[in-house]
Amino acid sequence: MEKKIRMRVNGKKVEVEVPTSRLLIDCLRYDLGLTGTKEGCSVGVCGACTVLMDGEMVSSCLALAVFADGHEITTVEGLAKNGELHPVQKSFIQYGGFQCGICTPGQVVAAKALLDEVPKPNEEQIKEWMMGNLCRCTGYYKIIESIRKAHQFVK
Amino acid sequence: MIPFEYRTPKNIKEVHQELKQFGTEAKLVAGGTALVIMMKQRLVRPSCLVSLRSVRGLSGIAQKDGGLKIGGLTTHREVETSSLVRRQNPLLAETYRRVATIRVRNMATVGGGLAHADPNQDPPPTLIALGASVKATSANGSRLVPLDGFFTDYYETVLKPDEVITEIFVPRLPPDSGGAFLKFLPRTADDYATVSAAAVLTLDKARKTFTEVRIALGSVGTTPIRAREAEAILRGQPVKAEALREAAEKAKQLVDPVSDFRGSAAYKREMAGVFVRRALEAALNSLPKKSKAKPSRKPLKRRRK
Repeated sequence: MEKKIRMRVNGKKVEVEVPTSRLLIDCLRYDLGLTGTKEGCSVGVCGACTVLMDGEMVSSCLALAVFADGHEITTVEGLAKNGELHPVQKSFIQYGGFQCGICTPGQVVAAKALLDEVPKPNEEQIKEWMMGNLCRCTGYYKIIESIRKAHQFVK
Repeated sequence: MIPFEYRTPKNIKEVHQELKQFGTEAKLVAGGTALVIMMKQRLVRPSCLVSLRSVRGLSGIAQKDGGLKIGGLTTHREVETSSLVRRQNPLLAETYRRVATIRVRNMATVGGGLAHADPNQDPPPTLIALGASVKATSANGSRLVPLDGFFTDYYETVLKPDEVITEIFVPRLPPDSGGAFLKFLPRTADDYATVSAAAVLTLDKARKTFTEVRIALGSVGTTPIRAREAEAILRGQPVKAEALREAAEKAKQLVDPVSDFRGSAAYKREMAGVFVRRALEAALNSLPKKSKAKPSRKPLKRRRK
């Protein structure tokens, strides 16, 4: 059973017809070609598939694509503006916030949502917010540092 | 996932019409965090999903009769961060804060969580200890169901297939009351509890005697468990450490845990006692400080050296 959905993805209007059982992550990756968002655990625990729906982080592996109908989705591809990386992305590069990289899109998107709410988070706030984003390389110290210092890159 | 119809009613009347049409073939979906996993694993195979996501008027938090009225579609995160909830019932806000991660709490709804009825969830023990009820609405009207007695088995409740949780009501606690929810997490911070315990108690004016005590546990049976016999040990008794230990000992006999990767049945039973005692202690410590009987003549000023 198919359903037509309209949403705004990274600022662009999108109209796509999907089976009702399509997961949001599969719609983003396979229907829209936005492969930046990764799938890890498939049960909402690891955070690799984190995207923003109307500015709030959600697991795209637990959301049906039809949930996004009429909503605004932001993926890692939507963070850079006019060819310039988002402050969180610059900070992850500057302070080595990743190793293998599989969790990075989810980490970066979750960190962006945090900075939208708390521009200069302390370590405790970062830990609580990022608790659901796992790093298999266990590079957590660098991730925390990158988020803590991201405000330096805000113009 | 097997194919299914997806319906998006705009109001509660349309929801009832959809449920009437599809009957037990239909499943209601709100946040989807639990149901979508069960559908992926093919544990649940509805031929129709009736989404509550576009239904107006089912979310939000307000005061009612001195207590709190929470719409069924309100997210966990909204309860956790609501200034009204934090001020009036910090235990409730704190309990919702302990559920999984912010990402899940942004999606999962209060009504959906209760309808899901997994005995490992955090809010049910606290809501039972607080004396909360749900409002279940069908085409024939609505009824108020106390959460104590709402859960009947693993993933089973007293809700009928045509009923929707539209509201949760949490009554106001009397003065000289305190409460606590403790979650034993030996693995990770976002895990389900190995054992969880909620305690809500009220003391007499002099704060020497327990006038009312409610204790409920999670993850130690097929449903959340209210420890009535443990409560009875404390009710009317003086506030003493020995009494807390006795109640905790009784609670161990009231639980029926199973062995799994979060601990053996024997260990969970032992921990149920420990966490009931700690929850009672924390509930006592959470009582707001009494204002002094004699007000000091001058307001205290901090002296600086």
